[in-house]
Amino acid sequence: MNKQRFPLAINIILLALVIVWSIPIIGLLISSFRPQDDILTTPWWTIFTQKSAMNLDNYKRVIGGSSSTFIDAMGKSIRSSGDNLARAFLNSFTVTIPSVVIPILIAAAAAFGFAWLEFPFRRLLFTIVVALLVVPLQIALIPVLRDYQSLKLTGSYVGIWLAHTGFGLPLGIYLLYNYISTIPRDVFESAFLDGARPMVIFYRLVLPLSVPAIASLAIFQFLWVWNDLLVALVFLGGTQDVAVLTQRLATMVGSRGQDWHLLTAGAFVSMAVPLAVFFALQRYFVEGLMAGSVKG
Amino acid sequence: MGDISLGSDGWTKVGKSAITVVAPIVAAALFWVGFLFLRGGAAHQSVIAIVAIIWGVGGVAFLFFSLDWIVHRLPLKVAKKVQPFIFVGPALIILTWFLLLPTLRSLYLSFFDAYSQNFVGLDNYIFAFTNPKMIESFSNNLLWLVFGTAGSVGFGLIIALLADRSKLEKGFKSIIFMPMAISFVGAGVIWRFVYAYKPAGEEQIGLLNAFVSLFNVEPQAWFTLQPWNNFFLIIILVWLQTGYAMVIISAALKGVPQTIIEAGRIDGASEFRIIRSIIIPYIKGTIITVSTTIVILTLKIFDIVFTMTGGEYGTEVIASMQYKQMFRFLHYGRGSAIAIVLVIAVIPVMWYNLHQFNKTEGF
Repeated sequence: MNKQRFPLAINIILLALVIVWSIPIIGLLISSFRPQDDILTTPWWTIFTQKSAMNLDNYKRVIGGSSSTFIDAMGKSIRSSGDNLARAFLNSFTVTIPSVVIPILIAAAAAFGFAWLEFPFRRLLFTIVVALLVVPLQIALIPVLRDYQSLKLTGSYVGIWLAHTGFGLPLGIYLLYNYISTIPRDVFESAFLDGARPMVIFYRLVLPLSVPAIASLAIFQFLWVWNDLLVALVFLGGTQDVAVLTQRLATMVGSRGQDWHLLTAGAFVSMAVPLAVFFALQRYFVEGLMAGSVKG
Repeated sequence: MGDISLGSDGWTKVGKSAITVVAPIVAAALFWVGFLFLRGGAAHQSVIAIVAIIWGVGGVAFLFFSLDWIVHRLPLKVAKKVQPFIFVGPALIILTWFLLLPTLRSLYLSFFDAYSQNFVGLDNYIFAFTNPKMIESFSNNLLWLVFGTAGSVGFGLIIALLADRSKLEKGFKSIIFMPMAISFVGAGVIWRFVYAYKPAGEEQIGLLNAFVSLFNVEPQAWFTLQPWNNFFLIIILVWLQTGYAMVIISAALKGVPQTIIEAGRIDGASEFRIIRSIIIPYIKGTIITVSTTIVILTLKIFDIVFTMTGGEYGTEVIASMQYKQMFRFLHYGRGSAIAIVLVIAVIPVMWYNLHQFNKTEGF
């Protein structure tokens, strides 16, 4: 595109949009460093006009889980227990890492099978995969929860990994199929002629060659699992031992909707990892998005 | 997995068959012990986390290798037939368990009562289409679908077109795209703060109330302001999804041939005319794909409503009704019927996808 035409006007409009888009986050970020009383009595933008206190107390409280006592407006002393988001943070990792790796391995194998091996009903089966791409996961909640109850998998990590695997597979297979099916035939030909087994070809050739696509899918699945609330609520249950960050944050919104000092810091704790992943690996993420939607 | 592939020269026949039998059994036993350990979940959190990760990842690798190992020992003719299913089998089984069968089972359950014991015919569907809260949900989901999609795709298109003409394209796009990394719950907290309300006379800490008070408007409790509160929630979705639409559309813009645009310019067409008559038609397919993705998202919208208003004050949506029927009222019949309604709602998109897929060559 010709970048010389009306550059100033365009850049001003874009700058305005970018400011509008980032103000909500900036407001929350600034607030998360402000003392409780300040957050409730003065808006966050006062820090630009007058000297205000900023510290890490809110973060210490939501991460640490130590309890504190304060006097409320009625003169009653209220004990407020800390939130110990550190635990939820670890839970989120325990849920997320296998929920990313397992579906990717299974999806890569299936994509290789669909792309390069011959078997009956291949096209029909792949059509089903494409159809399942848009099926809302709500459909699975009751039946799968029943299976889990009889298998004693409710509230367990294994259960939620399997659930995320099931819900992530259609997109995973579809994305990796699009990629793996474009690997030139002659890459495989000599290996097949040498009599190599498909499994050897899969992990010696296909997996290494698919690293870019796998990276895209991994980021996609990572953000989806880390940010998920519904699947965690249903299959992990409500106990604090296993609850992930989104669950704890949702509970905090419900129970302490006015405790802005804790909510703001809590929200940033939950966003830290996805934002870091996002900025570090943005290129792969964008490529993954395109592979998933530009192709029809 | 090394011990499995060792069975060659040095071994006696007895040793060979012993290892053939023992190795997979030992591996399977370890796998099972790991499973019980994790299901019990009694150890320290960080130990569980590490074991879990190794077990989960190793388990899947083990599954594939042991299947391959067994098939390799079958007669060649059989092995050839079975081999592809080592690769697609696990995926097909999981898809069947988690998506295919549940659709049929939910359909079945939707004809039964709360405890899935007595057949009630279409009662649950009559509930789904006549209950006032459900009707409210349908009309709200329609608002989400129309305004959420139009907002995200509209802003995405505008920003993509503008950024395409700016030298600072990358930086601008990166910031608009950033909310994609934030969860709906996190976005909920962010926007709750923007919409924060304090009674008139006090200093407003919410951005929106502070803004309207500049124009001498009374501060509002935005979340209870019917019916506009739905739009305040939809804005959150637009804020999150515009980046997605922008990135995809922006990539499509790069594919519009420069020569056509130049030809338009030489003919004296204005920039708006070029966008309307050349660029938009060229990227129409992409716009449709992006729109359908966001349409599906709006049909399933749950987290934002669930954490912000819990469906109160006239903001109920279908997915949150389904969750409530299942887990608050424990009415499995109604919950399933509402889930089926959601599936029916996405069928047009599914049909479109399959239609597109069938057009692709070379499968």
